[in-house]
Amino acid sequence: MSQPPKKTIPKPPTRIKHYLTAAIVLVLLALSYIQTGSSFMDLITNRDQMASLVIDMFPPDWAYFEKIIEPMLETIRMAVIGTTFGAIISVPVILLCANNVNRIPWISYPARFVLNLIRTVPELLLAAIFVAIFGLGMIPGIFALTIFSVGIIAKLTYESVEGIDKGPMEAMTAVGANKVQWITFAIIPQAAAYFVSYVLYTFEVNIRAAAILGLVGAGGIGLYYDSNLGFLNYPRVNTLIIATLAVVLIIDFVSNKLREKLL
Amino acid sequence: MSQLPTHTVDKPKGRGKKVFNRVLILVILAAIYVWAFAGIEEFEIKETAGQISKAIFDGIIHPDWAFVNEEEGLIFGLIDTLAISILGTFISAILTIPFGFWAASRKDKSGFFVTGLGRFVLSFIRVFPEVVLAIIFIKAVGPGSFAGVLALGLHSIGMLGKLFAEEVEAIDHGPREALIATGANRIQVLVYSVLPQVLPGFISYTLYRFELNVRGASILGIIGAGGIGAPLIFALTSRNWPRVGVILLGIIVLVSAIDLISGYLRKKIV
Repeated sequence: MSQPPKKTIPKPPTRIKHYLTAAIVLVLLALSYIQTGSSFMDLITNRDQMASLVIDMFPPDWAYFEKIIEPMLETIRMAVIGTTFGAIISVPVILLCANNVNRIPWISYPARFVLNLIRTVPELLLAAIFVAIFGLGMIPGIFALTIFSVGIIAKLTYESVEGIDKGPMEAMTAVGANKVQWITFAIIPQAAAYFVSYVLYTFEVNIRAAAILGLVGAGGIGLYYDSNLGFLNYPRVNTLIIATLAVVLIIDFVSNKLREKLL
Repeated sequence: MSQLPTHTVDKPKGRGKKVFNRVLILVILAAIYVWAFAGIEEFEIKETAGQISKAIFDGIIHPDWAFVNEEEGLIFGLIDTLAISILGTFISAILTIPFGFWAASRKDKSGFFVTGLGRFVLSFIRVFPEVVLAIIFIKAVGPGSFAGVLALGLHSIGMLGKLFAEEVEAIDHGPREALIATGANRIQVLVYSVLPQVLPGFISYTLYRFELNVRGASILGIIGAGGIGAPLIFALTSRNWPRVGVILLGIIVLVSAIDLISGYLRKKIV
């Protein structure tokens, strides 16, 4: 070695930043603990109550299965239709938001802003508003899921569209394609797989969402959760939980397999 | 003009199968849609729908600003919502760490008990909607924000566990092997080789989950688990649209602000 090894040990990097971050997090946690009136002692003293609640759930009320098949199917229908309408509405939204398709910033930025606004509103709240407009039933649930789906599908897909290969787009421009041809032959073939994959993913999310929309009167299985918990009929609640679990797991499995094939 | 080249290209093989698959998918899709739309109830727009929509629109345009500073008003509700999501996210992040290692697949000892069961437990947890969990916790600890904290804390484990496990699967084994070669014990290996690699990912996913939990906490009040949801559902059932409008605006501002801050922090971490 030409250079003699240095004798001095480099100073370790300062840790003040880490300590500060930890302190801020601790303060936030302490404040939250006080604000929410949390008390883990309560949880420990009430553990018997929790345990008895769980014990009350067994055995599940198997005879109840027959009665919840119809609302369960209704839940799936709501998710299917809501996701489909959401997917259809998403297509123009995606084309407006992706900045390699729509090169006009004063259109694409407002479109994205609206999309972000949509995503901030929880689906249960949307459902409650639509219930006020259309009355109880599946229809408000479908509307809520439609809007909720647009938020997810459009956001995920436009980000993928922005990452697609520029070659085909330039090629289409070079041969003099008009805007419609340009989208059909340069954008859609590249984006279709992503789009379908995200639609399937949204469908999984929507099944879970549809299961609780009934709490505000928007159809599906959620209404039955509410009434059975109200009547303290825990074996039936357990049946509902098992049925929901089965449906969600099956749909997740099928959808995951399909998505793996797509991408 | 010169003679055009005349050579034929064979049709690509396996085309028939592809067409068959496409037709099959179309038929299945058509069947699903026929079934779905056949079960839909008759769609009739009530006469009042227009009026109500107008009232809602008016309410949202002219929010009830007086509610903002009221006692137990908008500010209080939003702070409560934020507190529920902070505490709930923290609890779930701590509880998720063992789940993350449990559900990660490893080269040497992956099997049913190490990876498979862990993954199943995580999807089992994920299935319970947070609202249903909150209803159950309300029975246990009484209505209030704490039930919401527990519901978010438990529900978030499902998704965080999956993300944490993926992070653990992606670590570089070099540092670990190097530490083992120098004779480090298991705890030293964990602290000096595994944690430094997974921590940024864990924190980033926790922040992402925090964003989702703020949205989740804003509706927990609908069933009595604290936060802004309770005044919201009162305003909705009493058709107090200006108040619904102001709460809606409050939620939108809170969620957008948290998304911005959290997104900035996540960019800095990763």
